[in-house]
Amino acid sequence: MLKADFLKTAWPEPGKRIWIGKEVNRIDGVAKASGRAKYTYDINRPNMLWGKFLICPHAHARIKRIDTSQAEAIPGVRKVEIVQGEGSEIVFHGDEIALVVADSEELAVDGVRAIKVEYEVLDHVVDETNLDQIPRGNRRPGGRRRTGNVDEAFASPEVVTIEGQYGIPMITHCCLESHGVVAEWTGDDELTVWISTQNVSGISGQLANALKIPAGNIRTICHFIGGGFGSKFGPDRWGILAAKIARELNRPVKIMLDRDHELLSAGTRPSGFARVKLGVDRKTKKVVAWESTLWGTGGPGGGGTSISVTPYIFTRIPNQRREAYNVRANVGPRRAWRAPNHPQGAALTMTALADAAAALGVDELQFFLNNVDLTDRPDVYTQELLIAADLIEWRKHWHPRGESGSGPLVEGLGISMHTWGGRPHNSQALVHIYPDGSVDVQLGSQDLGTGTRTVIAIVVAETLGLKPEQITVQIGDSRYPPSGASGGSTTVGGVSSSTRRAAVDALEQLFEKVAPSLGVEPTDLVARNGRILSKSKPDLSVSWKRACRTIGMEPITGQGRQPDPEDQPLASQGVGGVQMAHVVVDKDTGVVRIKRFVAVQDCGLIIDLKTAKSQVYGGVIMGIAYALYEECVHDPITGRRLNPNMEFYKLPGIGDVGEIIAHMMVGKVTVTAPDGRKITIDYDEPGVIGLGEPPVISPGAAISNAVANAIGVRVPRLPLTPDRVLAALAGKGGLA
Amino acid sequence: MAEKQRGRASDRLRSGISRRDFLRGSGALAAATALRTATEAAAAPAGAASVVGPGPVPVTLTVNGQTHRLKLEPRVTLLDALRNHLDLTGAKKVCDRGTCGACTVLLDGAPVYACSVLAIDAQGHKIETVEALSPDHPMIQAFVDHDGLQCGFCTPGFVMAAVAFARQNPECSEEDVCRGLSGNICRCGTYVGIREAVVEAARKMRGAANA
Repeated sequence: MLKADFLKTAWPEPGKRIWIGKEVNRIDGVAKASGRAKYTYDINRPNMLWGKFLICPHAHARIKRIDTSQAEAIPGVRKVEIVQGEGSEIVFHGDEIALVVADSEELAVDGVRAIKVEYEVLDHVVDETNLDQIPRGNRRPGGRRRTGNVDEAFASPEVVTIEGQYGIPMITHCCLESHGVVAEWTGDDELTVWISTQNVSGISGQLANALKIPAGNIRTICHFIGGGFGSKFGPDRWGILAAKIARELNRPVKIMLDRDHELLSAGTRPSGFARVKLGVDRKTKKVVAWESTLWGTGGPGGGGTSISVTPYIFTRIPNQRREAYNVRANVGPRRAWRAPNHPQGAALTMTALADAAAALGVDELQFFLNNVDLTDRPDVYTQELLIAADLIEWRKHWHPRGESGSGPLVEGLGISMHTWGGRPHNSQALVHIYPDGSVDVQLGSQDLGTGTRTVIAIVVAETLGLKPEQITVQIGDSRYPPSGASGGSTTVGGVSSSTRRAAVDALEQLFEKVAPSLGVEPTDLVARNGRILSKSKPDLSVSWKRACRTIGMEPITGQGRQPDPEDQPLASQGVGGVQMAHVVVDKDTGVVRIKRFVAVQDCGLIIDLKTAKSQVYGGVIMGIAYALYEECVHDPITGRRLNPNMEFYKLPGIGDVGEIIAHMMVGKVTVTAPDGRKITIDYDEPGVIGLGEPPVISPGAAISNAVANAIGVRVPRLPLTPDRVLAALAGKGGLA
Repeated sequence: MAEKQRGRASDRLRSGISRRDFLRGSGALAAATALRTATEAAAAPAGAASVVGPGPVPVTLTVNGQTHRLKLEPRVTLLDALRNHLDLTGAKKVCDRGTCGACTVLLDGAPVYACSVLAIDAQGHKIETVEALSPDHPMIQAFVDHDGLQCGFCTPGFVMAAVAFARQNPECSEEDVCRGLSGNICRCGTYVGIREAVVEAARKMRGAANA
């Protein structure tokens, strides 16, 4: 008997790929579009109770008294749990004070309304736009860095100095499925939790500590999740409380956050503001000096600003002096938000670079091309800049800043660039081949809507010579082998690597079973088009179904892991990306419309081109959202969030996003650089790299640059709402 | 267009004023709409509306051709009745106040926000939820073919709004779709696929039975 490991795990060569890199429909698309897919919010259990939170209406307060007696007296209210009791200091609007658990959702709401709380309202800080006005105690140093000699560089007569200030406000994730959980005990120390999570394999361990039962006794299920974007990694306060109260009352408990609670408490993206001074060599038009002061708030705990992303991408500017501050403010606490720190970095860097290009009278595209050697991947960016420029018709539409005609409707172009890691996370996979020919694959992973299920099916199908729809993908359950949390674009590399190895392992075992009946060696076999074929005798083959009859009673189990130190890497990290916006601005109303938006993106070897493109469209649209619409607005007097709802926390609709072109860098690409040099890059060669984060990074900067190009002045701060555009046109643009 | 249809469907409701109309009337949307709603509400005969509740009352709903007899508090929305009492969870609760469209169902063929219709007011009307559509319905297939979905949480609402829109606009353009489906919001950013899907499905539905 041959020892397994005679098949290579390496991805098939470009000409030999059947499914990989093609446009494959997502395998769970019908389940979702037809309403049959069950999300956490859709789980109804017999005898289930509903939980609702009373949240704090103040930005900063101390709880003087809580009276829950009237709530407890309501028939059908089963439990009133004080989350933060008398004497507690509450540091943001929306934090949980008490939880009411009742027979119905309506009764739980009645219970919440019946709780009486007396607050001592305390001073708050909710406006971080002016660093100098932030109270000392709320401002913490976030680091200083120095490279080269900035003062000397700025003092040189060869250097032109450009100064600006830029801002990007706090926003929220606004997952359409709010955070929440259904907890049901199936024994004294056995719990099942349905939870809306990006971390199926990691929830049980976190809950076990709080509940003091073995993690293995907790089953976490999340078959479908209605958005996460970085905000759903833990069980959260509501997960722990639901489980505790379900145990106490011996009934399943469901808690899903109401929309206001969701927007106030379940995560924000930290704001970012910067004063930037750039030095550009008059002759070479190269950036030679960068000085910046960066600040922002990540909520009551501060944090959330990263000194390492300003300057963004152009990290090789020879002379730099930068400092960062973290502001503690009485606003919703931060959570990872798709591509943490990077959108801020782009919005505070690419804008300054575009302003420098405009001040020097240089075409923005030429300026970025001229400075790509200050980045870590000049060849990639050169290719992507030139391809994006073609797609947006740069030469046809470009004009110097503000030279956009005399009418009220003016057009402009803008550029931004980005990078991301996207390394593969740890992952284990099991592939089963059954005697009846059916195949399933199990991973404790989750599909956030990125297409993870489909990618797994494609990899198994490609490996076994089957079709993706023949593969049953089982994910979303902690009973399957653990996979990492889906965050930071780590999933596709992780699950495709472990799945490929598991499928290859299973196929080797099948070949060993089938080979004797065909009278050939296992190493002579290949699986293709639903058959097992001999390489040496082309007319010798057997159908997949017949081949599987040789398996015997027990199914074949193939195992795969990522990383696998005994195997070559199948995934890696590090991507570039360039985006360009073409906007139309109405100078009378201040309204900005997207005419065309181009996103050029590399992400290594693409498994499913269709869902990969959707990631790019989605990232761009989320970026258009924060460029033009989204912002958490706080009342400076009361400190309250003014828009914890979807009427005034604005997201774009289907008619608000213009034409979007997603161009994926695939295979070998050759582009002639401006200096005549031919640049060739094989984008498949590094293997699979994650894609969720990169396309959301650049839209803010690209659109801001396009608006500046159209109207002739910089609107310093996102979102580019009509009032800010009009203020900038009137010479009153500021960070507020 | 979908917006107008929603308005008409709401007008037919028994109490004459829906939660959505109330919210509209409170200033968020067009003044003309608010005026119309207020006028109609005032014109409703005083004796016609009997006082019910606040405790559970018998409610009969006709959903996807089936009759369901429930006991619901009068404050229970159609959305909560469907989701919490009939386990029809295709319509999603997202904004819970008539902004996002994730709860869209059809009332006598016209799309409504189920979060903004009271269950008692939906009595006597033909309610269609996404569960009424066969999985091979042209609209569902088109959403999948054009990848007009990601997390999928907004998708059933979009599909229902799109079905109602497409039945009336078989020759629609992408521009028409942008207007017709302006009452639904997606967070993942699937609008590119949805625009293509609805245009394609609208044409296919014209020739298909039960579409």
